[in-house]
Amino acid sequence: MTDIANTLTIDGRTISFEPGQTIMQAALAAGVFMPHLCYNPEFKPHGSCKLCTVTVNGRPQSACTIAAMPGQEIQSDTPELNGRRRVLLQMLFVEGHHFCPGCEKSGNCQLQALGYEMEMLSPHFSHFFPDRGVDATHPDVMIDFGRCIMCELCVQASRDVDGKNVFALAGRGLASHVVVNSPSGKLGDSALEVTDKAVEVCPVGAILRKRVGFAVPIGERIYDHDPISVKALEPDEA
Amino acid sequence: MSYLETAANPQALRRVAIDPVSRVEGHGKVTILLDDDNKVHQVRLHIVEFRGFEIFIEGRPYWEVPVAVQRLCGICPVSHHLAAVKAMDIIAGARALPPTAEKLRRLMHYGQTVQSHALHFFHLCSPDLLLGFDCDVTRRNVIGVAAEFPEIATRGVLMRKWGQEVIKATAGKKIHGTGAIPGGMNKRLTIEERDHLRKDADTMVGWAVDAINMVKKLHLTKPEFYNRFGEFEASMMGFVDARGAMDLYHGGLRAKDKDGNIIFDHVDYATYQQVLDEEVKSWSYMKFPYIRKLGPQKGWYRVGPLARVAACDFIPTPLAEAERKEMMAIEGGKVPHGTLLYHWARLIEVLFGAEMIRELLDDPDITGSDLMADLGPRQHEAVGVIEAPRGTLFHHYRVGDDDLVKYCNLIVSTTNNNQAMNEAVRKVATQFLDGKEVTEPLLNHIEVAIRAYDPCLSCATHALGKMPLEVDLVDAEGTLISQGRRNMDGLAETSCLTG
Ligand code: SF4
Ligand code: FES
Repeated sequence: MTDIANTLTIDGRTISFEPGQTIMQAALAAGVFMPHLCYNPEFKPHGSCKLCTVTVNGRPQSACTIAAMPGQEIQSDTPELNGRRRVLLQMLFVEGHHFCPGCEKSGNCQLQALGYEMEMLSPHFSHFFPDRGVDATHPDVMIDFGRCIMCELCVQASRDVDGKNVFALAGRGLASHVVVNSPSGKLGDSALEVTDKAVEVCPVGAILRKRVGFAVPIGERIYDHDPISVKALEPDEA
Repeated sequence: MSYLETAANPQALRRVAIDPVSRVEGHGKVTILLDDDNKVHQVRLHIVEFRGFEIFIEGRPYWEVPVAVQRLCGICPVSHHLAAVKAMDIIAGARALPPTAEKLRRLMHYGQTVQSHALHFFHLCSPDLLLGFDCDVTRRNVIGVAAEFPEIATRGVLMRKWGQEVIKATAGKKIHGTGAIPGGMNKRLTIEERDHLRKDADTMVGWAVDAINMVKKLHLTKPEFYNRFGEFEASMMGFVDARGAMDLYHGGLRAKDKDGNIIFDHVDYATYQQVLDEEVKSWSYMKFPYIRKLGPQKGWYRVGPLARVAACDFIPTPLAEAERKEMMAIEGGKVPHGTLLYHWARLIEVLFGAEMIRELLDDPDITGSDLMADLGPRQHEAVGVIEAPRGTLFHHYRVGDDDLVKYCNLIVSTTNNNQAMNEAVRKVATQFLDGKEVTEPLLNHIEVAIRAYDPCLSCATHALGKMPLEVDLVDAEGTLISQGRRNMDGLAETSCLTG
């Protein structure tokens, strides 16, 4: 039996991968950044944001869910694919309330960091201005539903790590939203604790630890010095 | 109602509008009603834009507010940042701030005072003063000043830049930073940052003195003109510390009448509603505050540089105090009320700010690392007040058990000066326009009076849904056909007057 080399190419560059890795995992391990938002290395990928869309042998695929295979020819950092990513980001920005100037997640937010990375200069589309409200009933945690991008990470973290099922996604299409599993539907009434993994994973400013606010000064925030394409390759960053 | 606020028979009059008022922050207009002989019958300063920040803030968590509320303005956001955080310190239950944190905030604020006043004086107003009120309008701007007086223009730019560097070192960014957080500061000042700012401090103090000398020289050429231009007697209000000294970061409220007699003194600003009230008028988005004791007719007052310099007993830095004494003596011991004297007072504050910055940078506490106060029990209501460059700025909040803001009331400097600015434009209209053919240079006199107050029109227009609004539909003969009105509760009503 001949050994087939476990290598593939990304934008013409050959990288090796471990069998069982996804294209995203193989790329990041080899030091190649691929934009992603709903993928978090600590969780099972579920391919909802589509920001990681690449072409594999010419066909569009989600890099975070497709297994790496020998000989795949992958295009990722191309003007066309980045243009589509920019449109996805613009749609996310207008569909919720992503007002960075007043948001405490600014400088630490993956959505914002990707906006910069993909050179998104304006929201382009008309804003939806949804009225989804804020749930601040929990003493130590709040959720600003207007900033949720439905990445489902809190759902997974609460279910798989905290063993609590505090969050779930409900509704369909444009009406999808995160719901809280408690008798009143309110966070204060749920089993959530401030130390839960679910409180930590939100890539945007939707789930927030209370009273932290702007404690980290400008200059010390995650993306103040290096862009997400650099930070995402550091071992302790998503 | 004040003289010239409302004409008896507006339909028969000719209307002249200055729209927009230029070289001020935000969008405002002045309307003047004249009869066939160019006699002035009505003059109003209108603030025509609309912001609604109080409503944006309601429902937001309290720790977000000191950063979010800065977006009211791009010229003095630090004032909103600090007024809000002073209120949120109390909400968060903070006990006394560590000396380093308090001094860093003061440093930020004096940086703000210097940069905003420098911008205002050099960029926006020096064209009128140096090139003449009636200089050709295409040259009457900062570029014109740079062409004719390059050194003055350069110094103006560099003084503003230095003030902004102070802000950046304390808030993380020159505009819209995050330095102050409920209970303290998030950023310490490094030795390098301190030294970088300190190396220019002596020069800045020197330039501030030079700028005052320039204004004094100008004043000497036509003292009567400068003292009487837009002059009207008014009460004045500002902060003083326990000794009666000028303090722009923290103090008690003091109000003096036109002759300098105390109306109230050392009032704890948390109780501002006991001494001040606000009136709403149908023709303006901006509220009209007044001193309760004197009532809505007589109780209006001035705030800002001229009011502060006149209200304090002394300025606690030596060079600025010497300048204050000299300025306060120009009317032979009487309180000066001339509108253009705002500029002189403003430059005295630039000097005070520069001296304060130098003093703070020389204080070993400034590079300390103890930045946060201990926290006690959470509170539900708080007021934060600061002397912003343009005058006293009030932020008043109520916060629920869930940490979300339930109520927000902002009284900004320009609102405090609302009636005073209207008086100033009326006075100037009477002095210069009455009975004359209206020309652009004459209209610029009106703008000069408004600019002297340095109004920030955009931050003054935040009270969404509270202002009564009236829209008149008038036919070609000037007869009122119908009137739409929204009252203070936001309810609309329309009345058809004919047919
Ligand atoms: S709240 Fe945050 S983690 Fe949860 S789905 Fe929304 S964006 Fe994702
Ligand atoms: S990162 Fe792959 S779909 Fe979101």
